[in-house]
Order: sequence, then structure tokens, then C-alpha cells
Amino acid sequence: MLKAHYKTGLVFFPAFDWAIDPTHPEREERLLYTQDQVFEEGLLDIEDIIEYKPDIASEMDIKRVHFCVPDVFSVTTKSHFISAGGAVTMGRALMEKEIDRGFALVRPPGHHSMRVVHGNRGFCNINNEAILVEYLRRHYPVKKVAIVDTDCHHGDGTQDIYWHDPDTLFISIHQDGRTLYPGTGFTDELGGANAFGTTLNIPLPPLTSDEGYLYTIDHVVLPILEEFKPDIIINSAGQDNHFTDPLTNMNFSAQGYADLTRRLKPDIAVLEGGYSIEGALPYVNTGIILALAGLDYKGVVEPGYDAARMAQSADVTRAIKGIGDVVLSNWKNRRDMQEKIRGNREFIERRRNIMYDTDMIYEMQKDEIRICDDCAGALKIDSSADTGHHILGVQIPVHACPKCVEQGYEWFDKASTGPYDRAFLQDRPKDEYLEKILKQR
Amino acid sequence: MGNAMLIGLDVGGTHTDVVLIGPDGPFREVKVITDTSNLFKSVLSALEKITEGIDTLQIKRAVLSTTLTTNAIVTDQIEPVGMIVVGGPGIDPEAYRICPYFYCVAGAIDHRGREIDGLDEVEVMDAAARMKADGIRHIGVVAKFSTRNPSHEIRIEKILAEYGFEKIFMGHRTSGNLNFPRRISTTFLNAAVYSVHKNFFNAVKQSLAEKGLNIPIHILKADGGTMSFSSSIDFPGQTILSGPAASVMGAISSAPAEGDVIVLDIGGTTTDIAVLINQSPVLEPLGISIGKYKTLIRSLKTYSLGVGGDSVVQIKDGELVIGPYRKGPAMAYGGSSPTPTDALFVLEHIDDGDAEAARKGIQLIADQLGLRVEYAAERIFEKTCNMILEGAAHLVRDINSKPVYTVHELLEGYTVVPARILVLGGPAKYFVSHLKKISGYSVETVPRWGVANAIGAGLARTTCEVNLFVDTEKGVVLAPEENYTKAIRGAYSYADAEETAFELVRKKAAKNGAESENLQIEIIESLSFNMVRGFRTTGKNIRIRAQVKPGLIEGYKAL
Repeated sequence: MLKAHYKTGLVFFPAFDWAIDPTHPEREERLLYTQDQVFEEGLLDIEDIIEYKPDIASEMDIKRVHFCVPDVFSVTTKSHFISAGGAVTMGRALMEKEIDRGFALVRPPGHHSMRVVHGNRGFCNINNEAILVEYLRRHYPVKKVAIVDTDCHHGDGTQDIYWHDPDTLFISIHQDGRTLYPGTGFTDELGGANAFGTTLNIPLPPLTSDEGYLYTIDHVVLPILEEFKPDIIINSAGQDNHFTDPLTNMNFSAQGYADLTRRLKPDIAVLEGGYSIEGALPYVNTGIILALAGLDYKGVVEPGYDAARMAQSADVTRAIKGIGDVVLSNWKNRRDMQEKIRGNREFIERRRNIMYDTDMIYEMQKDEIRICDDCAGALKIDSSADTGHHILGVQIPVHACPKCVEQGYEWFDKASTGPYDRAFLQDRPKDEYLEKILKQR
Repeated sequence: MGNAMLIGLDVGGTHTDVVLIGPDGPFREVKVITDTSNLFKSVLSALEKITEGIDTLQIKRAVLSTTLTTNAIVTDQIEPVGMIVVGGPGIDPEAYRICPYFYCVAGAIDHRGREIDGLDEVEVMDAAARMKADGIRHIGVVAKFSTRNPSHEIRIEKILAEYGFEKIFMGHRTSGNLNFPRRISTTFLNAAVYSVHKNFFNAVKQSLAEKGLNIPIHILKADGGTMSFSSSIDFPGQTILSGPAASVMGAISSAPAEGDVIVLDIGGTTTDIAVLINQSPVLEPLGISIGKYKTLIRSLKTYSLGVGGDSVVQIKDGELVIGPYRKGPAMAYGGSSPTPTDALFVLEHIDDGDAEAARKGIQLIADQLGLRVEYAAERIFEKTCNMILEGAAHLVRDINSKPVYTVHELLEGYTVVPARILVLGGPAKYFVSHLKKISGYSVETVPRWGVANAIGAGLARTTCEVNLFVDTEKGVVLAPEENYTKAIRGAYSYADAEETAFELVRKKAAKNGAESENLQIEIIESLSFNMVRGFRTTGKNIRIRAQVKPGLIEGYKAL
């Protein structure tokens, strides 16, 4: 009887037999009630809402994005291959024009997983969206991609992976890092020297409600997307910004998320966080699916929702407007700011310390980008962790110019003279992933 | 011997087949023409003929597979039904308005079975008064998540009882599966065919009794299982689309005990395709679809392809097209358009028809293709076989791409890899060697394929399914379908839940007319979750689906 307006693909993989540990928020039970709601609503019976069985990502799909230390299988479990595979399934179905939009409702999540992976951080091992995007870039004529991360936490993993990529616009809307994990995601984090301004952070104050999120989408995100003109838009649809979420302090609702989805018009949405498994997830996901399909979602209201009580204060509204103005200004001035940052340098270095909260690992990273106007630039990463590993990762980007290809191989060849136990090379143009084991541990 | 014989009867579009089965197998068969305007006469005359000269006290049961309720629904000859639905948050139940007398009332139960909004009893009474004034006699009552908490449906039934309606059907009793829109359709269909079903079978029983034939009547269901007539009265929807199930059950004894088998029933208009795994038919995950209705009525997973022995053969835009329609019998049997059966007449030596007429028909096609008549016949026949095999491949692909939700099932789940085909239906034997050649599979006809459907109906087991739901945080174990709710005090483990599920299936099967010796009960779905709130485990959430495995009853040869 009901027919979707947009052919919507759905991968639903609740991984009912997998958990980080039995009482962890990322446990078997997480999507149980969401499944109950989706099934009881009969969403999968709706004409042109099509359920897909997830594909299983390959080791190569993961190597295309990450430097896994010491290797892919040490830092993943079977469920990660399926979760990433689910996102890829939606990408393929979209590119093959089997669907107009897709939603990978999968576990485990991925947006805290950075380019170098020593273990699990923020419940994430590998980055589902990045694996999806790079798979599409490899197999289809996709160049410019926008990833809009609306999870309550800063998508620091996705930000890291795309820091130096001018063809990927990464926008993260999250609860201010001064009040929540991972403590980053401020408006001055704008990207590397070849990609300045294509990383944009919109930190919102605690107790932001529907109004604040939708204002940000309408006044900041949509105008920027309009200018960037991506080939596809991915939404990292984390649902921990819900007013019932136990780990966060925002007041977003199912109606609000459905509205956000309707306005943003993502090509593919991928589930990220969200741990209010009874009071939020069943309703928010129903709302997102209906919004993607172009169907009426007015009736999706969670028990105990009181719009008046949830409304944000005038201070919050003012603060959000101020932040939005800063972000828009940075976007407008990005080219000038990039010139200033570059100066006359040929290479620019960055040093960071990265904490893996779930696995209790401490990483020290130094990266170096070759300044380039012809391509994203060759990238070298020196990463060591208190697990005892010290690796070198080199990335030759997708549309690399000959000089950057040469630089990448030079770095990789020199690796044996360094302090590394392993060296990795991502030759993206050839889609080849090389590895040298330099010291046995 | 005592109580040792069984009757199986299957009503088809053209013929009604009935067999009498003893421990050594079927020993008498009768075929009567189906009078579609008087099903009762066809069924009664078939039963009278098959029992001529037999001591009917020796007959344990007669299983009837009829098209009664299917036809009533498909031709829309159903009586007006009223529906009261309770939606709550989510999609507006108005979207599921299935009939003119459809009332949405306020109230809400959530996915845990907690009441969020109380039932609006005034709205219920208002709807009742209107339906009474409109002369409605049967009402379906369906609330979202009633399989987790049937209290709203039960309350509505109590209110409606004051208004003197003839029969109320509650959603939670029709199925333990989640899917509110399907629950609405299923409850509606049960209400819509209740009278037609009850009256028909009561009339059959009565007429048989008048003739001194007191045989227990059972009905064949779409899932290849049976239920006694008395237990079917409240669930008449279970009797729809039993025809394809009869044929598949008839093929079971020809299938190897282990392995994946494709069953093809090649009819006049369609070929019905099903899959057996280790002699057990693959079931639809949720329920069967009939016409525009998607239901929760358990059924075999079958694929009906619009290609059969009498399909119209045409040339369209220079291409050979077969089916999907049938314009009448083959030209060899008096029809006016060429069919694959006519092609067979050209290729094989078939005695019982007008070979000349068949050849003339194929010549028309041959001329349009610029081929000799034998080559044209070959082309037609090969295309028919290819279409059928592609249909089978489609069904297998469908089964294998069914989404699963655990890592284990995704990585290690069963994949159907058929290597054998069983064929039944009128022209079955002519297809065997060609299908074998094209597919490379082992292909056989089902012995006595002409009445295999009636044999299948006669020997089908009594089946049923129970969905058990345990929530130890709420302190409750329930199977609303069975009217079963119990409070849990103290510890309750997965093993306890399994035991309860088995017990409920046993009870239900007995109520449906099963004999305890024949029961093979299995768990087909089981999930158990630790419920964790604030890092403490607060309970267990257990879901078990148990069933009597569909199959043939023991003690009787099928061949």
C-alpha cells in the first residue's frame, strides 16, 4: 500500500552476537528494540524500501584507508568487516542505480577510527564511511565527497583521514569538545595546508535542541554544500544527541533528526553512535528511514517527548549563531588562510598525541605533507605507540602528480634506515598496498 | 487393522483429485471435474466416490485442500468486515485502511510492551456503535505491539462484546510475529472468510454424516501442514493458497533425506517452484501474499512463474514469447492457440490428443520464424525449459540473499545449492530429459505425479508454530498468540524458556488434531540478550520460535 518516494536501500546489521564486552554500550542488545520497531512498523514491506544483505569488506578495502598496526586482522574482528561491508553495499547499490538513497544501520561504529589504527578508540576500530568513500572512488567516477557527521561526538577519526584531502569536505556538528569526548572539534581545526577549509567543525553548546541543529543545517551546512558541489553526500548519522541519551547532553528528537535528514538529502546515511537503545534509537531510526524514503514521518514521536521542555534557551541560540558565523567566515576566507599557512614551505609537519580510550593505548604521531597545487600531496606519517610498535605510513593520494608519486616512493624506500618495525605504502593511483617488515618483534 | 486409512483431497482449477491411503501406500484414486460454481458438489462427490465400498470407521482423517477461501479473497466475494486499530507512535495506521469500516483509536503500547498512552474507550464505543448501525457482524481488532502486550486488544474485545457482534478477531491471536500492517491484513482476512469457511465445511461434514460417513475432517494449510476443521474455525485465513503446498508435500517422499531439491509443479498456466532442504520445505520468512494483501499466514516459499503447458506461444517483435497467459487448452485438445504442449506433440509420440491440430498450431509459429516445424517446436520447448530453470534460479537466489542479523549466520549461514529437481504436473515426464540436459542436475518425476498433490495433502503432518517472548526485567514470559502469560518469580533461564516453548507447541499441536507420536518439534529461531542498564545486567530478553517441523506423518508409504 505504501510506496517510497525515493527508492531507499537499507542494510540492517544489528550483529546480535557481537559486543565489545557484555555490559558495554556497544553490546548485542544495542539494536534489538530498533529491530522490533522497524519490523513492527512494517518498514521493510514498503514498496521501494529494499533490504540488502551486507557484503563483507575485504582486507584491501581496509588497507586502502588505514595503516593498521601491525596488520588489519590484529585490530579488527569479523563484525568490523561486515559493518564496513554494509556501508559499501549501500554505496554500490547507489552507484548501480538500484537505489536513490541508502542507509547502513550497522554496528560496530567507526567515526573515531583515524588513519593509523593501533586499536579501538571511542568504540571504533575501522572507519566505515572512509572505507565506503574510498571504495567508491576506486570503482566509480566519484571525486568530490561531502561527509556530514551529525553524531554527538566530534568525528575525529574521519577528520584525521580527510585532513589533507581537498576533494573531501568534512563537516562535523557535535557537542562542544570542552564538555564531551573526544575533547576536540573546534572551529579552528580547518584541515591541512593542501586542503584548508575542507574540514569544518561546528561545536554546539550542551542542551542544543532541534532548533539549533536545524539552524546549523539550514544556515551553515547547506550553503557550504551548495558551493562545494559534492558528487555524493554521506551522513554519519550518530544518534547520541538524543534527549534521552545517557552519555551526552543534547536535546535532539526523532522529529528533529527526520527533519535534518529531509533537508540534508544525504545519498547514504551510516549509523554511528547512539546508546539510548529503548527511548531513542527505535524512533530516530524509524524517522530517518521514512525521511530518506520521502514518506510522512509526523507520527514518529518518542514516549515522553515534550517539545516545550526540550526547547533551547536564548543563550544557546545566540551562541550557535555566533559559531555559525565563524564557520562561514572561515569557509569564505579559506584560500587566503591557506596561503598564509603555507608561506614558502615545501613540507609542513604536524605533531600529535592520540589517546585510545577503549584499548588504553597512547600514540605519538608526526605527519608531513608535501605542499602541492597539482594534487592532494604525498603524506608521510611516523607513528609510535606504547604497545611498542613504531611504524611509517606513506600515502600517495588518488590523483597524485608525478612529483608526489616520486616523493612517496622515496620516503618508503628510505624506511629501512629509520627506527620503524614496519613501513606501509598506499599507492592510491595503482590501488596497491605495500608493506615492509623491518624488525621482528 | 483399525483406524488405518487416510484420505487426501486437493481441489485444482480443472480437476479435484482424491486418494485413499493405507500403510502400504495410496491404493485408490479418483479424479472429478472441479465445478468452480459449486465447490461443495465437487468435494462431496469426490469423497463419496473414494469411500465407495469402504468401511469408513477405518478412516483416521480426511485432509482437504480447497480453493474456497483463496477464491473468495481473490474474487472479492467476502463479507464486510469492521476493523478497529490502535497505532501509537510511528506510521499513521490510516495508511493501512483496508476496508471502508476502519476506525483508528488512540492508545499506545511500546516495543517492550509498556503502555505509553491509555486506550481511548470512548472512541472504541463510538466505532462500535457506528459499525453496529452499518450492520457489521465481524470485527478485527489490531493494536501495534500487541504481540508484546495484548491488553488493548483484549479490552476492546470486552467492550465490543456488549454490542452483540457475531465474532471478534484479535490480532495477537493470529500470529506471534511483529509486523503491524500484516497483522491488520491477516486479522481482516480471517474475519472476511470466517463465514464462508465455517459454512462450507459444516455443510461437508453434515452431508457426509447423512451418508453415514463420519470421517474427521482436517484442512491443509499454505505451510504444508494440517489442522483439524474445528481448530480452523477461528483461523480460516490459514486455509488460503494451500494448493502449491499440497504438491510440494507430495514430492517430499521422492526427495533424498539430505540435500537441496527444487520442486517444479508444471501446470497449465503456471509453474509453481519450491525448495526442499533435507526433505523439509523452505518457508516464507513472514507470511504469504495473496492479491494485494501481505499477511502473517505461515506458508511455503514458492515462486509462481507464468509459464505452463498451456501458455500462449506468440511471436512479438520477431521474438518468441511464451506466456504469461493461457487462452485455453492446447490445440491438441481443442484449443485455438499454440502452446508448449503442442510443441511436445510435435516432438514426442503422444497418443491422447489431436497431433495434427498441434502440428498446425506450431506450423504457424514456424512460419513466422522461418523454421521447419520440428525446429520451431524444439525452440519453443527449450525456451519453456529455460524460463522454468531461470525461475528456479531466481527463487534460490532469493532464499540465499535473505538478510541475517548475526555475524555467525552471515559468515556460516546455510546456502542452498540444489543439485536435484523433482517434477510434477501433467506434462512432467516430457520435461525430465531436457531439464537434465540444460541444468546438469539430476531430474526425476515424482511418481504418481497426477495425484501427488492429493497424496501430499493426505499425508501432511499437523503443524503449528509458537513465538515465546521472555523479559525477565519486566518479570514476564508470554506467548500472546496462545493466550499465555505468566509472571516470572526468581531465576528464569534460556533452558526454561525452551522447555516452555516446547510445551506450548505440544499443546497447540494436540489442539489442532495432531497425534503425539508424530510430533517433531524444533526451535527455528532463538535469541537471548543480556539487558544492561547503567552497566548492571538487569535481566534477560529471550525470543524463541518453535514449530512442529512440516513433513509427512510416519507409518504410511507415499508411493
